[in-house]
Amino acid sequence: MRYVIIGNSAAAVGTIEGIRQVDGAGSITVISDEAYHTYSRPLISYLLCGKTTEERMKYRPDDFYEKNGVTLLLGRHVCAIRPEEKTVLLEDGEKIAYDKLMVATGSRPFIPPMEGLEMVKKRFTFMTLKDAKTLEAALTPKSRVLIVGAGLIGLKCAEGIHGRVGSIAVVDLADRILPSILDAEGSSIVQRLLEAKGIVFYLSDSVRQFLPERALLQSGKEIGFDVVVIAVGVRPNTELVAQAGGKVSRGIAASDCGETSLPDIYAAGDCCESYDITTGQNRILALLPNAYMQGEAAGIAMAGGEAHFKKAVPMNAIGFFGLHMITAGSYDGDAEVLQDSEGNYKKLVTKDGLLKGYILIGNVERAGIYTSLIREQTPLAAIDYQLIKEKPQLMAFSRKQRAEKLGGMRI
Amino acid sequence: MKKIYVNEKWCLGCHLCEYYCAFANSGESDMVKALKGIEIHPRIRIEERGNVSFAVSCRHCDEPLCVKSCISGALTEENGVISIDPEKCVGCYTCIMACPYGAVMPSENGAIQKCELCTKNAGGLPACVKGCPNKAIVFEERAV
Amino acid sequence: MPIDFLYPEYEVVRNADRCIACRVCERQCANEVHFYDPENKRMMSDESKCVNCHRCVSLCPTRALKIVKTDHTFKENASWSGTNIAEIYRQAGSGGVLLSSMGNPKQYPIYWDHILINASQVTNPSIDPLREPMETKVFLGAKPSKIQRDDAGRLVNNLPPGLELQVPVMFSAMSYGSISYNAHESLARAATALGTFYNTGEGGLHEDFYQYGPHTIVQVASGRFGVHKAYLEAGAAIEIKMGQGAKPGIGGHLPGAKIVGDISKTRMIPEGSDAISPAPHHDIYSIEDLRQLVFSLKEATEYKKPVIVKIAAVHNVAAIASGIARSGADIIAIDGFRGGTGAAPTRIRDNVGIPIELALASVDERLRQEGIRNHVSLVIGGSIRNSADIVKAIALGADAVYIATSALLALGCHLCRNCHSGKCNWGIATQRPELVRRLNPDVGCQRLINLVTAWNHEIKEMMGGMGINSIEALRGNRLMLRGVGLNEKELEILGIKHAGE
Repeated sequence: MRYVIIGNSAAAVGTIEGIRQVDGAGSITVISDEAYHTYSRPLISYLLCGKTTEERMKYRPDDFYEKNGVTLLLGRHVCAIRPEEKTVLLEDGEKIAYDKLMVATGSRPFIPPMEGLEMVKKRFTFMTLKDAKTLEAALTPKSRVLIVGAGLIGLKCAEGIHGRVGSIAVVDLADRILPSILDAEGSSIVQRLLEAKGIVFYLSDSVRQFLPERALLQSGKEIGFDVVVIAVGVRPNTELVAQAGGKVSRGIAASDCGETSLPDIYAAGDCCESYDITTGQNRILALLPNAYMQGEAAGIAMAGGEAHFKKAVPMNAIGFFGLHMITAGSYDGDAEVLQDSEGNYKKLVTKDGLLKGYILIGNVERAGIYTSLIREQTPLAAIDYQLIKEKPQLMAFSRKQRAEKLGGMRI
Repeated sequence: MKKIYVNEKWCLGCHLCEYYCAFANSGESDMVKALKGIEIHPRIRIEERGNVSFAVSCRHCDEPLCVKSCISGALTEENGVISIDPEKCVGCYTCIMACPYGAVMPSENGAIQKCELCTKNAGGLPACVKGCPNKAIVFEERAV
Repeated sequence: MPIDFLYPEYEVVRNADRCIACRVCERQCANEVHFYDPENKRMMSDESKCVNCHRCVSLCPTRALKIVKTDHTFKENASWSGTNIAEIYRQAGSGGVLLSSMGNPKQYPIYWDHILINASQVTNPSIDPLREPMETKVFLGAKPSKIQRDDAGRLVNNLPPGLELQVPVMFSAMSYGSISYNAHESLARAATALGTFYNTGEGGLHEDFYQYGPHTIVQVASGRFGVHKAYLEAGAAIEIKMGQGAKPGIGGHLPGAKIVGDISKTRMIPEGSDAISPAPHHDIYSIEDLRQLVFSLKEATEYKKPVIVKIAAVHNVAAIASGIARSGADIIAIDGFRGGTGAAPTRIRDNVGIPIELALASVDERLRQEGIRNHVSLVIGGSIRNSADIVKAIALGADAVYIATSALLALGCHLCRNCHSGKCNWGIATQRPELVRRLNPDVGCQRLINLVTAWNHEIKEMMGGMGINSIEALRGNRLMLRGVGLNEKELEILGIKHAGE
């Protein structure tokens, strides 16, 4: 069996580890246009602020490919998939044959048309290790950095470069920061913290025009800058599958074991959709844990095993300057906010007797217990919800449930 | 494989497991030197309410969500034991978000910490198991 | 506030250098001696509440604690000891009968410690129990006086029902109520594993423990609590309790506060009602009456089970035993004055009854003289502290021994003698669920098995030394014993020679 994987990040690693759980012998070829050993993309901001190194941010150990019998084709670009002859075509003309193909092509930064942007010399995106390195090379202690986008990527970038540049300004069309993961109150808590660190926000605003060394905003305000980072969002890399005739909606359509509409072609990670159990919709969940688990399930399926990734839940764990926050699920439902005197913020969202989502800022202790309520769709009537609302705890479950969870019951 | 199991029926809520855990992972050879005057950060934690108490530590799941979710590759599974490489961990707490048991927690140095079945300290029988006065915490094979 | 004439008996000594303020002492003390002072971040104690049970000492992970007897003294003299003075203060304050737990602690002679065991030299060589078979199995019950044969000359099995013990040790009566569910489970499982018996006492048999019936002796006492047909049938033997070494001549009293839940159900009395066992059996005023009860019980169980009659060792014990041996009982159990109890009036415990060693020797001698020793087996209890005591008891004429205090010690009891408070920190003499939980029967059962197994090894060693390879050959073999420091009368009663003779 010849397995070919396009991509070399979390979904690809998940696929390799999934395949090897079932098939120890088949050949695995990984093709990536990046020239690096697999690394963790979310760590690039930690790299900039010195919390990790290029060596430590490797997603798997140095001997990972060797141990798993993987042939690496790094720095090579796939330009087409030919499902009819079961090959992929590389840019340099080489054809690689596959029996099972994994498309884990991820996503790329979305750069909206902005007047004058092409004239800005120091303009960057913030997604790959290469992005981080080129950005870092351009920074000086005096740099005035303008970040377009107050989402996860933009703000992690801001944190990463904080302290090594002169100033940081963030512009976003939305009226608050981190709108994809936080509610208004949560956003303002985090915004206050970031502002206290000297980061300046221009919200409900956007760049009308980039001029030399300054940006003119829709509101009429002007921001002086010499480095701009575009972090307004990402777009899935679906083209290979689309061109090969595979079904693509927002992302590549894939079953819960990763099958695309094309025979023997699978997809996983940020390039494809998964079924969000909290909303009941197929959507792109561009999250590393999701990518890995999707990839792993697909890998097992590719090798003939039985695996399904059915419990996709949007979730994020992130921190800024030591303030941690964990969020999960959807916020469509009855919300209850609990705030304590120490400034910890908690919002729990319930609907139809289930926990649908939550936001924790500050105290994130044992958040996974909440996540599991969402993931397992535990009826809240079956537990002591009042108790678990106070803080995540197994005490809220019945003795019997606990015995099963903790394996304390002799079976 | 042998794992730590907690039998709630026999847990006395004495918290000794927490102290033996903290001691075992302190690197000190004397408990007093290790724990006197400090706030402990054990990897096993007692939950208690009224007359019910039980200890919670890593279950070393067969399908470890923490390992699968770890964004840095710092959490790994080997021979059934899930361990953390504090050098690689950046303290993003994705594992805390993922663990259904609440058994992963921040350590004092920014990385996370979790029960590693005492494989990285003096070893042998896990310290909480050894220290439990009522055999409420056991280390055994169980077909669950 | 009236003057408190009593100074705390113990002092809690905490080594501040070693204490890490883990608060296990505080969490584990049901008497609430220890507490944490958050202001000074250190542990404190109120020693007036301390009963010296050592729960805190045993669990302290840094050995920062010890309990010492206070050296504060009254102005004592030979007559007016501190105890005597304190008891007067206590009674002058309360107007009540003093209550105590466990056995007689007074300085009466302990004859076991004045008896020495023989060993073979040169002739009648000693036996190595690790290399040669050694039998400690005991059969309890009446033995037929004649061999019977049928017309064809074949042996007729005319053995009355009895008990087969793999070791000459049984766990004596402790009721469910006086001790906890987990203590009972530990005893029941250990008895089963050891091939011996435990005893329900007068508390009935919890339905969970019917499974251990073949290793259970069910007791019928003066209150008849928990006695019904299934109960009698569940046990391997039935014991009629006439008396108890710790409190001869009086009954029992389990306060209504302890008659809760399963205890009420098992005893078959309403929750909250006092369980009062009368001093006498109100239907027994003579050996003939006793015989009626013995045979009622036998009749009820179709003559399939041996009946034990248990009495306290009192002055004319030999004559009483002789009567019992003629009552149809298969086994006589005699309980010495050092036997334990969950609660007894202090004066009774400390002043009534006689030492078991003397009682045993005189009963065995009397039954032999009357030619009825084979009608019954003799089981003695009430102060067996180790395997040497057992060897001496058997050589004095016992078939087997009962242990209870030793068994409780194995379970963790520290003889703090506060059973009557119901706050046993070791989960033994308590019914409070959070305390009962402290005795995990998996642990308790194993410790009991360990103890009895160890003793059995030692018994074999001592038997081997004497050149005896069957415990049957040791029974009543008083030539194997010598007394030291005993007077002529004592030696005469014990039926042994003085060392050197």
